Amino acid sequence: MNQPVLEVRELKKHFPIRKNVAVRAVDGVSFELREGEILGLVGESGSGKSTVAYTVVGMYRPTAGQVIFRGEDVSREAARRNLGQKGQMQIVFQDPGSSLNPRRTVRQILRLPLMIHGLAKTESEKEEKAVDLLRRVELPEEYLDKYPSGMGGGERQLVAIARALATSPSLIIFDEPTSALDVSVQAKVINRLVELHRRLNLSYLFITHDLSLMRNVSSRVAIMYLGVICEVAETKAFFTAPRHPYTHMLLSSIPVVSDLEEELKPRKVPSVGEIPSPVNIPRGCRFHPRCPEAVQQCREAEPQLRPVAGGTHLVACHRALPD
Amino acid sequence: MATAEPLLDVRDLRVSFRVFRGTLSVLDGVTLAVRPGERVGLIGETGCGKTTTLRAIMRILPREARVGGGQVLFAGRDVLSMNAGDLSAFRRKGASLVFQDPTAALNPVFTVGQLLDEVIKYSQGRAMPAKERRAVAAAALRDVALPDPARILNSYPFQLSGGMRQRVCIAMAIGVNRELILADEPGTSLDVTIQDQILRLISDLVAKRNVAVVLVTHSLGVVRETTDRVYVMYAGSIVESAPVKELFRAPLHPYTVALLECIPKLSGERISQGIPGSMPDYLHPPRGCRYQPRCPRAEEGCAAGRPPMREVAPGHSVACYRVAAQGGEDR
Ligand SMILES: Nc1ncnc2c1ncn2[C@@H]1O[C@H](COP(=O)(O)OP(=O)(O)OP(=O)(O)O)[C@@H](O)[C@H]1O
Ligand SMILES: Nc1ncnc2c1ncn2[C@@H]1O[C@H](COP(=O)(O)OP(=O)(O)OP(=O)(O)O)[C@@H](O)[C@H]1O
Ligand SMILES: [Mg+2]
Ligand SMILES: [Mg+2]
Repeated sequence: MNQPVLEVRELKKHFPIRKNVAVRAVDGVSFELREGEILGLVGESGSGKSTVAYTVVGMYRPTAGQVIFRGEDVSREAARRNLGQKGQMQIVFQDPGSSLNPRRTVRQILRLPLMIHGLAKTESEKEEKAVDLLRRVELPEEYLDKYPSGMGGGERQLVAIARALATSPSLIIFDEPTSALDVSVQAKVINRLVELHRRLNLSYLFITHDLSLMRNVSSRVAIMYLGVICEVAETKAFFTAPRHPYTHMLLSSIPVVSDLEEELKPRKVPSVGEIPSPVNIPRGCRFHPRCPEAVQQCREAEPQLRPVAGGTHLVACHRALPD
Repeated sequence: MATAEPLLDVRDLRVSFRVFRGTLSVLDGVTLAVRPGERVGLIGETGCGKTTTLRAIMRILPREARVGGGQVLFAGRDVLSMNAGDLSAFRRKGASLVFQDPTAALNPVFTVGQLLDEVIKYSQGRAMPAKERRAVAAAALRDVALPDPARILNSYPFQLSGGMRQRVCIAMAIGVNRELILADEPGTSLDVTIQDQILRLISDLVAKRNVAVVLVTHSLGVVRETTDRVYVMYAGSIVESAPVKELFRAPLHPYTVALLECIPKLSGERISQGIPGSMPDYLHPPRGCRYQPRCPRAEEGCAAGRPPMREVAPGHSVACYRVAAQGGEDR
């Protein structure tokens, strides 16, 4: 198999809040993103998904661990990465309303990265490239003169994606890119994302809470719980043969729109017990206080991610036995 | 509760925005009613006017907005013509709004504790001692499944995850007793287990305190699982309303039909292409039915006038010339 695009090794990001007290937002996360794949990252709200994303792109400096991009260690904040490394990796946020400057036209928004990265010299070159970027997300040229406020939510998100494409990245991280959009507009945005992925041979790390969407978009899924990854599986296996009790709980809570889909979900596992805090992480397995299957061992030792089926399905659970 | 007088009765509400290009006629006669203890869903395309409707009900529209007509009756009294004193009582005791965008709704220079304290002071009066208010605040955070209230109370909004900020907003709106909760996308940044917990909390409030809820959400699964009745909105007006089960089983308006087809399926059989075309420009909205330019079933007559809402089955109304009465058999 060829070299992964991105390797994250034992990544930690702690936020100190008082003397000797820290929020352990990301607490030892390892995964790899393969060339051309769409890896879904899902998990409990507050489990550290955005923090992983921000640390990977260099908005935060890791507390420990490594971020390796195409074999190169980039475990430092963006200010200390070189321009090429920065351009190769882009991030798109949930809310295009606040990530696009309201006082700039689309033209200005798209030209900025071209200028910073020195990708277009002359005026006509800049214009040409900006038009080309719009074309890639299938927006008409007229949009160059629009302001973000004059566009719909889906169109704003497409502009944010066009801007991310300006530096010809090979990896794009999406942090809940469509959760502010309704299903019909979401469908359009997602179709363009999938199309771009295919055409430009991009790799995506895709964060979302919408598991039905995840099912349709990603090829593999990683589940986070309280700062760590508790399960990694091919998308199909994730939905049909989940192994971690947290994954069961998650899948059983998906709101669906038909009785037919209802039957595809595991039997309801209600969320019980107090949700623990990343300041005071439970000993042993982090999930044990809420786990219906916990035994003594779970209270004592922290389980490590290990393969359960053919090496592609990894689970961090004492109770999940290998096949 | 089906026979009770409506708690909220919005009639023919019109709201426009003045922008430098001209006037955007956004809400074009919104009519909807909510009974005490009822859970009502409000759905529709991004930009169709859901937030504008909720803001108009609370009378917190931005300055460039103008209410061009209609009424917002709350327990029989028109919110739009209330004096300052009554309006303040309405906001303290009557209705509260969970804001769609928690990042914008939470003032970044205050801690969560300070923000919650303001809300509690506002609704409880100043009589409650500070310590007690802090306990109320902590309890409200626990209710919305936020662990470690002590840390959260001392945190600034930027120190919380997106979903945590959203839960803080929910705590601010439901921590104090109200008759009506307007929830604008309360679950968008929550994972499904916490979302489930929050929605159960809201449903409990409905059952225990007979609170009424208007739930705006893009998650149609949530609508199906937590509401009793649904209004579908397109480009500034209501195009269909039905009991939730019936809406999902037998949608009638061509827009509703198209919208439901866009939902990604858990069975994973590909993403739909979305609805062809885009929402009309509110500067020059189309004549007649606003959906007509995108509607696969449109005829000449559809551009001639605005189709009125007609009841086609008990509790099921549609604004479409192409849908006939009696369970929606086509004409
Ligand atoms: N700048 C910060 N200072 C202190 N704590 C922080 C900071 N940023 C994040 N945290 C904490 O780190 C934890 C993880 O936050 P993060 O935003 O990564 O979660 P998430 O998985 O993206 O959640 P969501 O699904 O709600 O977006 C949370 O407990 C949060 O309060
Ligand atoms: N302050 C404003 N000035 C100008 N136009 C506005 C303003 N607020 C809203 N609009 C316009 O009114 C329309 C309806 O907006 P609204 O926010 O009510 O939609 P929504 O249904 O809540 O959408 P979403 O699902 O994206 O939240 C949009 O076209 C929007 O651009
Ligand atoms: Mg996040
Ligand atoms: Mg809105």
